[in-house]
Amino acid sequence: MKHKTIKMMLMASTVLGSAITAYAADATLTIESWRNDDLSIWQEKIIPAFEAKNPGIKVKFTPSAPAEYNAVLNSKLEAGSAGDLITCRPFDASLALYDKGYLASLASLEGIGNFSDVAKSAWITDDGKNPFCVPMASVIHGFIYNADALADAGVSVPTNEAELFAALDAIKAKGNYIPMAMGTNDQWEAATMGYNNIGPNYWKGEEGRNALIKGTQKLTDEAWVAPYRQLAKWKDYLGDGFEAQTYPDSQNLFTLGRAAIYPAGSWEISGFNQNADFKMGAFNPPVQKSGDECYISDHTDIGLGMNANTKNADAAKTFLNWVSSAEFASLYANALPGFFPLSSEPVKLEDPLAQEFISWRGKCKSTIRSTYQILSRGTPNLESDTWNASVAVIKGNESPEAAGKRLQDGLASWYKPQQ
Amino acid sequence: MAAQTTMSRSPLSQQSFRAIAAHAILITYTLIALFPVVIILINSFKSRNAIFRSPLSLPNSETFSLIGYETVMKQGDFVLYFQNSLIVTVSSLAMVLLFGAMAAFALAEYRFKGNLLTGLYLALGIMIPIRLGTVAILQMMVASGLVNTLTALILVYTAQGLPLAIFILSEFMKGISDDLKNAGRIDGLSEYRIFGRLVLPLIRPALATVAVFTMIPIWNDLWFPLILAPSEETKTVTLGAQVFIGQFVTNWNAVLSSLSLAILPVLVLYLIFSRQLIKGITAGAVK
Amino acid sequence: MEKPIQKPAIRWHILVFIAPAFLIYTAIMIVPLFGTLQLSLYKEIEGAKVFVGLENFNTLFGDPRWSESFWNALVNNTWFFVVHMLVQNPIGVLLAALLSTNTLRMRAFYRTSIFIPTILSFVIVGFAWKLILSPLWGVAPNMLDAVGLKFLFAPWLGKEEYALTTLALVSVWQFVGIPMMLIYAALLSIPDEILEAAECDGITGMSQFWKIKLPLILPSIGIISILTFVGNFNAFDLIYSAQGALAGPNYSTDVLGTFMFRTFFGFQLQLGDPHMGSAIASAMFVVILCGVSIYLFGIQTRLRRYQF
Repeated sequence: MKHKTIKMMLMASTVLGSAITAYAADATLTIESWRNDDLSIWQEKIIPAFEAKNPGIKVKFTPSAPAEYNAVLNSKLEAGSAGDLITCRPFDASLALYDKGYLASLASLEGIGNFSDVAKSAWITDDGKNPFCVPMASVIHGFIYNADALADAGVSVPTNEAELFAALDAIKAKGNYIPMAMGTNDQWEAATMGYNNIGPNYWKGEEGRNALIKGTQKLTDEAWVAPYRQLAKWKDYLGDGFEAQTYPDSQNLFTLGRAAIYPAGSWEISGFNQNADFKMGAFNPPVQKSGDECYISDHTDIGLGMNANTKNADAAKTFLNWVSSAEFASLYANALPGFFPLSSEPVKLEDPLAQEFISWRGKCKSTIRSTYQILSRGTPNLESDTWNASVAVIKGNESPEAAGKRLQDGLASWYKPQQ
Repeated sequence: MAAQTTMSRSPLSQQSFRAIAAHAILITYTLIALFPVVIILINSFKSRNAIFRSPLSLPNSETFSLIGYETVMKQGDFVLYFQNSLIVTVSSLAMVLLFGAMAAFALAEYRFKGNLLTGLYLALGIMIPIRLGTVAILQMMVASGLVNTLTALILVYTAQGLPLAIFILSEFMKGISDDLKNAGRIDGLSEYRIFGRLVLPLIRPALATVAVFTMIPIWNDLWFPLILAPSEETKTVTLGAQVFIGQFVTNWNAVLSSLSLAILPVLVLYLIFSRQLIKGITAGAVK
Repeated sequence: MEKPIQKPAIRWHILVFIAPAFLIYTAIMIVPLFGTLQLSLYKEIEGAKVFVGLENFNTLFGDPRWSESFWNALVNNTWFFVVHMLVQNPIGVLLAALLSTNTLRMRAFYRTSIFIPTILSFVIVGFAWKLILSPLWGVAPNMLDAVGLKFLFAPWLGKEEYALTTLALVSVWQFVGIPMMLIYAALLSIPDEILEAAECDGITGMSQFWKIKLPLILPSIGIISILTFVGNFNAFDLIYSAQGALAGPNYSTDVLGTFMFRTFFGFQLQLGDPHMGSAIASAMFVVILCGVSIYLFGIQTRLRRYQF
């Protein structure tokens, strides 16, 4: 009897399976993505807008689990079951896919001309000839604050380091709010929202980043150690037990109104707007002394490429051209405040907090995260080590100088220009 | 019957003391086991802010919210996901138990050349995580057109469950009396009948145990549904619930609700199996 | 299968019994797995797969950057296993022994409740325990405060010295149902006649457990030990879902499973390296195979089995 049931079930499932494949015959584009968070935005806004203009093409947005995305995508590409359009991580992860022939070159795509070289830099071969993903969005780092908390402590929005620490001291002394919402349990918070948030002011953005790649600066230089020194001072302003505080904990701590200042990435904006019931504002990473030039991390984060083995190449190109258009940029940026378009066309943002973040592009110089381009290609991995070092420094387990030396030794062990 | 004679023999006070001590230990451990589960359940009925403001308090008129369950009902077809999960779990389970018991019987019952080696070979699978073979498995499924079918999942889970099932079942098979089987042989039963009529009923408790162990990782697996059958039509519950865990924003209400709901079917299966376990044992004892 | 030509009868039924399991298992598990493991003998040099013999293993054990991670993971893994053997299995046996008393009321209730954690998915377990142990939302701190032990509280999951043990105990909490069920099944299948005979000899209660029941369930305890061993050295999900792929703080919760996954599939900016990844997997396989062989040839054959 058991046997029969199994057989029936097997048959049923096979029939079900083949029915599905038959249905997908026309030009249906499937998008691989890690952005679970955006599912409803794609389904309700972006895809309908595209399909209305291109009646022959259907689009399916099929995100997988964010943490598993790279592993899942690589397996699917290798076995040939990946979707037509591939959401691209910046730099090496996608470059490796291009090198293996899984992503198509987009050099001849019309729409690629709508982007500046900086925007394209995250998804282009080292020789600059073959772009392989259309830049979709960047994220900007800074600090989001609870306006009530600053008013409560009687401090104004800090513009330099001294003011930042004065403000943190005042909030701590008043005792109604945890001065800063950040934890070290998940590690990346400390590196991304900590080190790479405040760092560009010290290493002067692109200037320092490129010097590191060329080998003319070292991670033991003052410009690269100083941000760690500031991070080490943050410890006193974090909540009790920050060692076990996870990233969602930090978000909740801030949106529940228990913390004053949140070292942030702009992607937080839509979630915070939804969950916080107090007035928020944002400031760019405070400079060392008033009058210094300010730098921000304006990091190229999401792109969209084409599966080299897609059967719907023409439809996919149509979609990519549309993604390069001003229409998409404005649609996407306003649906997802905090993910800023990279297209050269100016876009008007309706969200005030997002507008504040993007306004820094006007007064500060932009750079991307220091570890992303080239420097994380070897073992030990500089990005993973930076996570570890940022945490160790904040906890006080490692001195800023020792952290710098450890990272430099690791990098120099495989990266020629640093040897 | 045997138990009653025991009881009448030991003095009452000592007996009740022992019972109280046993209850005390069991209740303590039950509390430890259930406390986190209760926290999940009560919080699945609260608004998001209330979860973190006071995770321990019961939902009251202010904090009570079905938002999580509503989101789950709205987003995706969870009835279908449950159905998929059930089909996959039950079918793989049936195959693991049947094929596993057959192989275990052969290994435990017959002396033949290569017996020990075959046993070791069939046990290799519990020593390497099957995830490592992902790419090759996916290639196989692509080649045979099984991607995005439940069959692909059933096959993988059957293969994954077999080594452990054979390992445990052959141990239990060794405990079955030879006299019984030889009596069957003298009565002219074929080897298949001895397996089906005599042995299978006797190892029902072991089968139930193996069923429980096998079913849990299958039900909770995220990896293979994600890779082999991610389409809307073949999603399992665990994969469906993953939609709410975003890169930066996790909808805890929906995650808690969907995963609380996901406990129920496995719990029912567990109850069915554990009843089989008891029934099998008592039946065996009577004979 | 070998076919003895001269023997009068080929025992076809053996083949029939083994074939289905053998075929499915070989096709879907062994072939892909060993296909992957052989990658450990290759290396990717300028886009081409080149045979390098044992070079990857040389790197794994010879290069301090790799070997330190490996030994760290192995030591952590061993501790993870020790905690399970010392806590999970004795508790499991105790609970099973209590539950198998015929006269106990509410047995089904206890058995089911204690088993529920085993059913839960890792996402839920991770969430629930992080919520409980979090220093922020007050569950554990307030409970300790209520009994005047607040000073004992620490952000355990964030401290290098406690994180691994904490996770091991969470895992014990989750999986104690498995030894409990196996032992319970073994205890219940002890025939009443044996116990009655013991009663007649005046062996009851505790001494009955130690002298009669325990020897009878030793094979099951052996199985549990080996299952715990195999399960622990393959452990991955709980640590991955609670502490992430970097198994923080400072790799203090890194076990072989997380180390292998991180290397094989890559992580964040670190690209996956299937060759080093399979080298680690092969090393894991050898560790586990040694353990299982010790059990199969050293222990299992010496255990006295009773047939009822």
